Amino acid sequence: MSRTTYREALRAALAEALERDPRVILMGEDVAAYGGAYAVSKGLAERFGRDRVRDTPLSEGGFVGAGIGAALGGLRPIVEIMTVNFSLLALDQIINNAATARHMSGGQLGVPVVIRMATGAGRQLAAQHSHSLEGYYAHVPGLRVVAPATLEDARGMLATALRSPDPVIIFEHVGLYNLEGELADDAGAVDLDRAAVRRPGRDVTLITSGGSLGKVLTAAEQLAARDVEAEVIDLRTLRPLDDATVMASVRRTRRAVVIDEGWRTGGFAGEVVARIAEQAFYELDAPVARVCSAEVPIPYPQHLEQAALPQVEGVVRAAMQAVGRG
Amino acid sequence: MTTPSSQQRLRDMMLVRRFEERCAELYGAGKIRGFLHLYIGEEAVAAGLLPALGPADTVVATYREHGHALLRGVPARAVMAEMFGRVSGCSRGRGGSMHLFDAERRMYGGWAIVAGHLPVAVGLALADRTLGRPQVTACFFGDGAVAEGAFHEAMNLAALWQLPVLFVCENNLYAMGTALERYQAQPDLVLRARGYGVDAASVDGMDVEVVAAAARDAVERVRAGKPFLLECRTYRFRAHSMFDAELYRGSDEVARWKQRDPIALLAGRLRTRGQLDDAALAALEQDVAREVEDAVSFADASALEPIEELTRHVMAEVAP
Repeated sequence: MSRTTYREALRAALAEALERDPRVILMGEDVAAYGGAYAVSKGLAERFGRDRVRDTPLSEGGFVGAGIGAALGGLRPIVEIMTVNFSLLALDQIINNAATARHMSGGQLGVPVVIRMATGAGRQLAAQHSHSLEGYYAHVPGLRVVAPATLEDARGMLATALRSPDPVIIFEHVGLYNLEGELADDAGAVDLDRAAVRRPGRDVTLITSGGSLGKVLTAAEQLAARDVEAEVIDLRTLRPLDDATVMASVRRTRRAVVIDEGWRTGGFAGEVVARIAEQAFYELDAPVARVCSAEVPIPYPQHLEQAALPQVEGVVRAAMQAVGRG
Repeated sequence: MTTPSSQQRLRDMMLVRRFEERCAELYGAGKIRGFLHLYIGEEAVAAGLLPALGPADTVVATYREHGHALLRGVPARAVMAEMFGRVSGCSRGRGGSMHLFDAERRMYGGWAIVAGHLPVAVGLALADRTLGRPQVTACFFGDGAVAEGAFHEAMNLAALWQLPVLFVCENNLYAMGTALERYQAQPDLVLRARGYGVDAASVDGMDVEVVAAAARDAVERVRAGKPFLLECRTYRFRAHSMFDAELYRGSDEVARWKQRDPIALLAGRLRTRGQLDDAALAALEQDVAREVEDAVSFADASALEPIEELTRHVMAEVAP
């Protein structure tokens, strides 16, 4: 085991990918000379050269499209988008091209591109750099969408994503880059199919992903102090969703709360709730609850930003209500 | 690759013309549905350009790409079956008229978001460059694409990274129904490319021999390692799609351009040179008609994909 951070785990995964496969390139805004907006790719250009770690102009549609084309042409490109809000400039490429090429070619072409982007709030970056739009992408057939919430997944999801014959979107929550902990020295590829039970419990299932996992685990500890044993599920992969792990848990606990940093209306949490209603309705003892962001663009001042986001207290309250003690 | 004879180019254009005239009839008969964008009038661009490419080069085109697919060597049967939505189509019927793909022949679509495929072409060229392959990517698009941000981003990337992309602008003077001078502050499109450091030329896109000569030169430059934009000034004789009343242009304008019909232009020139007579022309007409009718029969007899397969071809069938 070694002490490391989420950022370093991502960097180790990138370095390993570039080392192992000459078809792998990393491209995006400021990934080379600057070292990445969140310093994830620091040092990689020096090590692998500016052709394989390639700075791009501020042309999200252009360079994401080029990543898609490069994937069609036989490379295994990793495209970094600085933040999910900027990915909207590349939404056409991702949804109209990457997600459709296999289908509209009748299965002849595949787009093995990996698109990484920062997501989420908590750093006072206001309303154009802080949103959680994972649900937009999770809506689209043809994409695989993952959200590493742990050091193991930060280290291990990329290698598996690069083996995927289809586009994979990796969401890295900005609040996680400095997350520190122990990581096995031989940590490597992990699956992109299964949700993980991060804490077992029998009374209520708390379902979350990405940047909210830490808050939810803290909430589970507080609940334990009040004799409520919460089971915490980290979805890990938002598309395709691992229904089996979620339903197995909900059938045992008979209660569920979904925690999602996206907005409530039309959001990803609603999808999880709907699946529980479709598949486990008669096993529920309480309405399924959601803890989501407030219906507001993320504000700049810290107190308002924090008030807009799912917080530990809100999760505890929703869980207590679900177990009938709210 | 061998340079085709002028007779071959004439046949190429006649094949595309005949194929599309049949498509229009079949549309009326309900055999083809959805959007159908005919290339009639613009055939000299594909017929002049495509033979300049080698088999390992890549073609990326728009939703008006029946001619490109046919002249890239995708069998007429597979193209027509695609129009019919049959499983024997070149995209298994999943794409239809706007999404013709044939990976083996490196016909990489068939893309229908205007200019959205230009960055993709840049990426295909980036892959060739990175993997040390001497290939060229030829990317066709209409004048309307020049108004999209993707065009500008793609030009800049191709020039910045010196990638082997041949951009072929099929300037038919209209973005759907809006005339070039009504949507471009600078209607000289070649200047747009040059502004990014991409060398460019503009040629008469109605004259297949002119296009062919320009294409040879352009492909040579691109293969040497620099992007190039070739503007082919052409004209669409038919409506934009089958749902277009053509309120935006006069029939006199269309008639004027039809005087320069690329097929008639080449046929007349070959006659003058003594390389074509009535009998030879009739034989060519019969020959392409036979090929098209065979494609129609094949398409009509082909099976539909079973509904049980609906959700196939969304993701690879072997997960990571």
